[in-house]
Amino acid sequence: MEILIEDHQMLLDSATGYLAKKQNVAAFRALRDADEPLGYDVAAYKQMADLGWMGLVLPEEHGGSDFGYRAAGLIAEQMGRNLTAMPFVSTAILSVTILREVGGEMLSEWGMKIAMGECVVALAIDEGVKHRPEQIKTQAVRDGDGYLLSGDKTFIADGMGADRLIVSAMLEGELALFWLDPLEACFGTSCCDLAPQRLLDHRNYANFHIKNCRLNENALIAKGELAERALTKALCVARVVVAAEQLGMAKECAARTVEYLNTRKQFGVLIGVFQTLQHRMAHLYCELEQTSSLVAQALNAIDENAETAEKLSRAAKAKVAKLGRLATEEAVQMHGGIGMTDELDLGLFMKRDRVLAEFLGDANCHIDWLLREQNI
Amino acid sequence: MDLNFSAEEEAFRGEVQAFLKEKLRPELSAKMKLGGAPSKAEMEEWHALLNDRGWLANHWPKEYGGAGWAPVKKFIFELESELAFAPRIVPFGVSMLAPVLIKYGSDAQKKYWLPRILDGSDWWCQGYSEPGAGSDLASLKTSAVREGDHYIVNGQKAWTTMAQHADMIFCLVRTSKEGKCQEGISFLLIDMKTAGIDVKPVITIEGGHEVNEVFFTDVKVPIENLVGEENIGWTYAKYLLTYERTNIAGIGGSIALLGHLKQAAQKRKKHGKPLLDEPYFAARVARVEIALENMKTTNLRVLADVAAGGAPGAESSLLKIKGTVIYQELTSLMRRAMGAYAAPYFPEAADEGFNGQVGPDEALHAAEDYFNHRKLSIFGGSNEIQRNIVSKMMLGL
Repeated sequence: MEILIEDHQMLLDSATGYLAKKQNVAAFRALRDADEPLGYDVAAYKQMADLGWMGLVLPEEHGGSDFGYRAAGLIAEQMGRNLTAMPFVSTAILSVTILREVGGEMLSEWGMKIAMGECVVALAIDEGVKHRPEQIKTQAVRDGDGYLLSGDKTFIADGMGADRLIVSAMLEGELALFWLDPLEACFGTSCCDLAPQRLLDHRNYANFHIKNCRLNENALIAKGELAERALTKALCVARVVVAAEQLGMAKECAARTVEYLNTRKQFGVLIGVFQTLQHRMAHLYCELEQTSSLVAQALNAIDENAETAEKLSRAAKAKVAKLGRLATEEAVQMHGGIGMTDELDLGLFMKRDRVLAEFLGDANCHIDWLLREQNI
Repeated sequence: MDLNFSAEEEAFRGEVQAFLKEKLRPELSAKMKLGGAPSKAEMEEWHALLNDRGWLANHWPKEYGGAGWAPVKKFIFELESELAFAPRIVPFGVSMLAPVLIKYGSDAQKKYWLPRILDGSDWWCQGYSEPGAGSDLASLKTSAVREGDHYIVNGQKAWTTMAQHADMIFCLVRTSKEGKCQEGISFLLIDMKTAGIDVKPVITIEGGHEVNEVFFTDVKVPIENLVGEENIGWTYAKYLLTYERTNIAGIGGSIALLGHLKQAAQKRKKHGKPLLDEPYFAARVARVEIALENMKTTNLRVLADVAAGGAPGAESSLLKIKGTVIYQELTSLMRRAMGAYAAPYFPEAADEGFNGQVGPDEALHAAEDYFNHRKLSIFGGSNEIQRNIVSKMMLGL
């Protein structure tokens, strides 16, 4: 049911082949069992950049292909199907989108590096139990020709080993975005600390404790209206790319369940002949298709700079949260006891899904926004 | 009783509450409240306290060392224990095997095994499911072949809860391939230390070790460990599965978890207001609270029926389906209420003195609890199988 333009179809075909072969669920399981804070394969990250994925939303003059967010969503969906662990959303989507809004030398210098797979840039935005980017407690104050930064950032995706962090903070009552090297910030001081935080999905997360961190003046890359615009845009696009990843995970769980229903025998028959299971799978299929439509529509709206983009991005993230829960819970239930085991992969999908359901805002947070801002 | 407890039953409830207040260690109760699993030592400690009071084998007849409680008293005891976050009585020996032995076992078996269940000499586990025999239990293949004074057992059991702690296993084994598959099954008691038994852990999605695979290779079992008659084991197994399932909905556990959830959601703030005041969250909590209150009444109706001499049949299925769905929804809400704080993963959280948590205490096991309790709708006859039972027994379909 997918109708794609030729460029997108080619990209999708190459992604499907590469990920299924090199960055599949078995590869992720090996990373999990190794239990390293980095949580991804550095060599594979470079390969992914060579395939052009890091520059999908970068302009051509900065090393990218400018294929757009729909294309990035297709890649993310395949990463979801394979549980691929890569600093893709953090660097190629969130950070690149902010750099694009900031423009100038920042974009020309760092855009190229990102496109080449030479660096990882993570966004330090969350500060606690829920995603509340509009309620930032991290504070920056002017200090001579520079700034002093203090605050606590939690669950920074791909924060461990990141070459740079973009940190949101309040400066003179306005939102500001700071660009800093975490090693430099923590070097020779006990005031700042970047520490790994292991979450259920066994990916790379960091907590960043910052106290009176001295930054020079060019660390401030956006302030006020520019900062608001850059952050709003980055969160808008990233939440749909994340939704695409969750969609891929849901599709994979459904596919594996259908296969199981057609192999597992009880009472002398394949369990797929039971109507009670058939109807539930049919319901899941309808929800998968509905969500596919919404994710594609939201990504297209972003690529077209449509006014509806923000609204659709929130709707897509809220919708996929329900879908992800349905797909993973039904997969475990229909696999029976074996679905409960760590040895089968379903639990890995389920745990990743629950972490992503919270990441960049849960369903209620976005429904809440739609009610308040759109009077739906 | 009708839908309320009698004065006598209310007095008994007070007695149970007083016992729990006096005997249940606050640290153990606090650990259970946060979703932590009791250790083997903690379960044994609780069993010993109950046994001292004569309440461990509360539903056994008095002549075997039980308290002879009627289902209503047993229900009240379990309800209050769950509300107080006490450990559950480990069911395998006390509640599953013992009733079968009492009804179908030989005098020698009763005399030997029952006291050992009471004093904790034997920790039992249950060998029913197999890789190819889950919902379709009667298709089980583990075989027992008679050779002189012994059976020789070969095969594999799956999902064996707490086999890693067990001294003994009661098993359904195939002793005949003649006739319908239900007709060639026997009920065998097997010492876990016998040569040829291999226990392999199965780690579940939340990272815990509750279940195991148990492999049998030429395991010699003395014939006196056969319960009842050869090839009639299915009858005993069914008796065991339907025995006293009047608390299968686990109402007390759900009521306790709901209270815990509401406290946690009151403390958590969203836009400066308690999460419990947020309309979507509040609506979900309200829905599950209504379902739970409703479930309680249904449970009391089933109890009243049993008290009046009825036998719970497919009503057990109704209690299981509704009760597990409610509990799963509560764990899901708890995990959501904790938001990102439920996501940190600490396999070492069960260790003594662990203090590396992120966020409030309630967050520590919230995700683990949610993932672990996906099992509720699968084990003990999946909810799909329960619906089959309802269709067949209640609707005649």
